[in-house]
Amino acid sequence: MPKINFVSADGVTRTVDIPAGWTLMEGAIQNGVDGITAECGGGCACATCHVLVSTPWAEQLPPMTPAENDLLECTAVPRSPQSRLSCQIPVTGPLEGLTVHLPERQT
Amino acid sequence: MVIIGAGQAGLQIAECLRRGGHAGRLTLLGEEPWPPYQRPPLSKKYLAGDLADERVFCRPLAQLAKQEIEFRANTRVVAIDRTARAVVLASGERLAYTGLAIATGARPRALPVAGAEHPAVCYLRGLQDAQGLQAKLVRAQQVVVIGGGFIGLEVAATAREAGKTVSVIEGADRLMARAVAPGISSYFAQTHRARGVDLRFGCQVSGLVPVAAGGLRVELSDGGVLHADLVVAGVGALPNQELAAQAGLACANGIVVDEYARTNDPLIVAAGDCTWHVNRRYPAPLRLESVQNAVDQAKIAALSLLGVAQPYQDLPWFWSDQYDVKLQIAGLSLAHDTTVVRGGSEAFSVFYFAAGALVGVDSINRPADHMLARKLLSAGRAVTPAQAVDLAFDLKALLQDPTG
Repeated sequence: MPKINFVSADGVTRTVDIPAGWTLMEGAIQNGVDGITAECGGGCACATCHVLVSTPWAEQLPPMTPAENDLLECTAVPRSPQSRLSCQIPVTGPLEGLTVHLPERQT
Repeated sequence: MVIIGAGQAGLQIAECLRRGGHAGRLTLLGEEPWPPYQRPPLSKKYLAGDLADERVFCRPLAQLAKQEIEFRANTRVVAIDRTARAVVLASGERLAYTGLAIATGARPRALPVAGAEHPAVCYLRGLQDAQGLQAKLVRAQQVVVIGGGFIGLEVAATAREAGKTVSVIEGADRLMARAVAPGISSYFAQTHRARGVDLRFGCQVSGLVPVAAGGLRVELSDGGVLHADLVVAGVGALPNQELAAQAGLACANGIVVDEYARTNDPLIVAAGDCTWHVNRRYPAPLRLESVQNAVDQAKIAALSLLGVAQPYQDLPWFWSDQYDVKLQIAGLSLAHDTTVVRGGSEAFSVFYFAAGALVGVDSINRPADHMLARKLLSAGRAVTPAQAVDLAFDLKALLQDPTG
């Protein structure tokens, strides 16, 4: 299971194992990572599973759909070039060691 | 503290009680064998076989244990003894409470038709229903869905995508008539018909007759006859209020609670699908079946148990995924006098106004409109029909202006 690092807004890192095929959001919720709300349950419908992914990891992620791009306009903490919705990122083997940063708030 | 019902509302109450500082014993009672899970995927990805059980669980058991929430699966409550301040389990065990939350949800309304007890007739509410339906759907060829509401249409879409022949029987003259405006209904009617679904409006099922070769003959009130290997009924839900009613708590179309999610017993709160509740935004009591109401009202209920009176005034919102179409609903908009449309034919939002004020927005494939609408409606910002219809007008600007 790939290990994924979630860094909270105040700088604390939690490393969790997420089964390949799950989304980053599911892995975070199932492991009780604070800082991801995901109120729509992964439907790319709410913008409350906002994460920040820096290069070089960002290039390894699947490209954004128009829906994800639209929704990122509605995040609680305004989007940055690193912004993604974690429900739209499936965990795969090559993402072993991925680090994502969590915004200060989701709602 | 004891919570009856381990759905989204029950789980939220438990976690809010812990986070809010309740240090004592906290017991979450669920009738089903699983930890709390999300219902929305059950009619969509889960039914399609794309999700393992673990992926619909809200929390694994270890997360509940870590919060010292004592979760008991397979546990049915048979009575609430308000005099002794205890709940009585089917096993005979009694659990004393200092505060009690009821989050017993709702159950599907049974199809009031002769023959409806046939095993080919299914309902969809829980994970067990979804597992049974999924197994039957795999083997079925001809599926008849009774009810053109959210559940029926989501199941119809999933069945159609699995290559089944699908008919939907709806008593009204349009789809989702209790939830959306006619324009949204007709968009979805077109969508389903374009995918090959047979939609029948203005008729009811009058009989279900077993056929010797298997399946059912579905007889319709307009004289039509369909064959079905599988019938799925989505004809509404009833609140699970019997425990509360037997304990002498006030019930109407749901367990009656005030704007603080309190029943008429000061030690007992209720939240979610089972409640007939007050939301400060609306003049009349409501019963809503939604994740939003389960989660937001649960927070209010937990606060009340902790002695904090915070009125319920969250904006209702809903969503439905059918094929690749995403419908999102913000606010309750049935009482409107004006509608305008923002966007084009495949991605648009309908803005509903009553007496000049925005009351709701239904979005099709425009999730950003939906999120903005929720913020605008929650904050009570003024939006004019002219602004709503003008794609060049940035609705976000209305949020930034505090005098807006």
